Amino acid sequence: MAGPLGKDLLGIAPLSADQIRLVLDTAVPFREISERAIKKVPTLRGATIVNLFFEASTRTRISFEFAEKRLSADTVNVAAAGSSVSKGETLVDTARNLEAMKIDMVVIRHSASGAARFLAERIESNVINAGDGTNEHPTQALLDMLTLRDRFGDLTGKRICIVGDVLHSRVARSNIWGLTKLGAEVAVCGPRSLLPNAIEAMGVTVFNRIEEAIEWADALNVLRLQLERMQAGYIPSLREYNRVFGVTGARLEKAPRDLVILHPGPMNRGVEIDSDVADGPHSVILDQVTNGVAVRMAVLYLLAGGKPELAEAAKKGNA
Amino acid sequence: MTTKPTTVLDARALDRTLRRMADQIVELNAGCENLVIVGIQRRGVQLAERIVRIIEAQEKVQVASGALDITLYRDDLQTVGPRPVVGATSLPWALDDQRVVIIDDVLYTGRTVRAALDELADFGRPSRIALAVLIDRGGRELPIHADIVGRRIDVAPGQRVDVFIEELDGRDEVLIASRNEEG
Repeated sequence: MAGPLGKDLLGIAPLSADQIRLVLDTAVPFREISERAIKKVPTLRGATIVNLFFEASTRTRISFEFAEKRLSADTVNVAAAGSSVSKGETLVDTARNLEAMKIDMVVIRHSASGAARFLAERIESNVINAGDGTNEHPTQALLDMLTLRDRFGDLTGKRICIVGDVLHSRVARSNIWGLTKLGAEVAVCGPRSLLPNAIEAMGVTVFNRIEEAIEWADALNVLRLQLERMQAGYIPSLREYNRVFGVTGARLEKAPRDLVILHPGPMNRGVEIDSDVADGPHSVILDQVTNGVAVRMAVLYLLAGGKPELAEAAKKGNA
Repeated sequence: MTTKPTTVLDARALDRTLRRMADQIVELNAGCENLVIVGIQRRGVQLAERIVRIIEAQEKVQVASGALDITLYRDDLQTVGPRPVVGATSLPWALDDQRVVIIDDVLYTGRTVRAALDELADFGRPSRIALAVLIDRGGRELPIHADIVGRRIDVAPGQRVDVFIEELDGRDEVLIASRNEEG
């Protein structure tokens, strides 16, 4: 029953470059569906998808829900708060109970790294990782890559710098794996306290000064600075972070070329990114949101269906 | 079983057939008013473009046209699984009260046309939908028929019809080949 991506989408690390390209190529025609008056195709009619969100999320959850609904799937949202999870039920028990109600796919977000894989190994439904701890957020990386490809065409040799809290960022990890597989050059830039030790082993360049990153890059992917990092002592203050690492109009003006600006959202305007940049002509932040729905439709489509034993039976019936 | 492929249409015959189909489309619609020609991905799209060019040259009018990819409307996702390549759908015209003619290369089981009819319904309510195909090879599994047929041939289930067109394949030709020669 494994389709072109296998049973699950757990991360970018296990994917081949061809599989990544397949998702991006498939996402392109899906964009047109969201432009139609009737924004719906019958592809996943009859499939039931559970969105299991153990961690707060607005954009990703809504984006998945739009993608599911535009493919005609039936969807159920389970949030940790107010569900049996808050009564102490384990992840596996929650999922097994859902499976007993005959579901086809689970989209899971969880604060524990590896939660998606743990679930995928224990249930028969397709599992899509919508963010697990500090491990991976594959659909975010895929939509970032699609947005960059829209701008650059081929990503080979393009220079993408990820700016900010790389240490805690599953978006950064998924992006680094994906972009390097597609042949891009990847760098990271941020305070040393927010960069993982031995990050160079992932094949990236490290910049300690944002000015150097801006001079080097074709695009910046500016990460959200989690405000609780300040309380935890990783950075002295938000104001200082903005002064040293903030992506500002004044800094970009000195760049040798126009930089494409990405941000996975939600933004802290005036902290990691200034409003004139976020709303500027080279910002593709809203294109990322549009592409997010298309990429998730592509992933759902590529994981769905494909029961070879049924196909064989159908063929015999036809002959 | 290695029978040599037989040519059904060569380049000149294909061109003649398309010209006749273009004439029949104009005749069927009593002109070009509200006419929209829609090709089915893949080769139907290029055949539709040629038919549009022929009609435009003869009738001295502009004819609306579009492309339809029916992959997402197939009825075999659960069995066969996802087709890896989804083509583009582009229907830049409101289809309400239009006279739509669907163009496809080969009509066989009718399942593609069934999917196309479902998809068109999501774009509006045409006053009429007609079907024009280059080859009707028989073997229908649904109650669907073509209004305009380029060439009707009987093809055994073990054989397939290959349509080659200049735009995608570098040559114009229609062949019958046995199925086990499939690449």
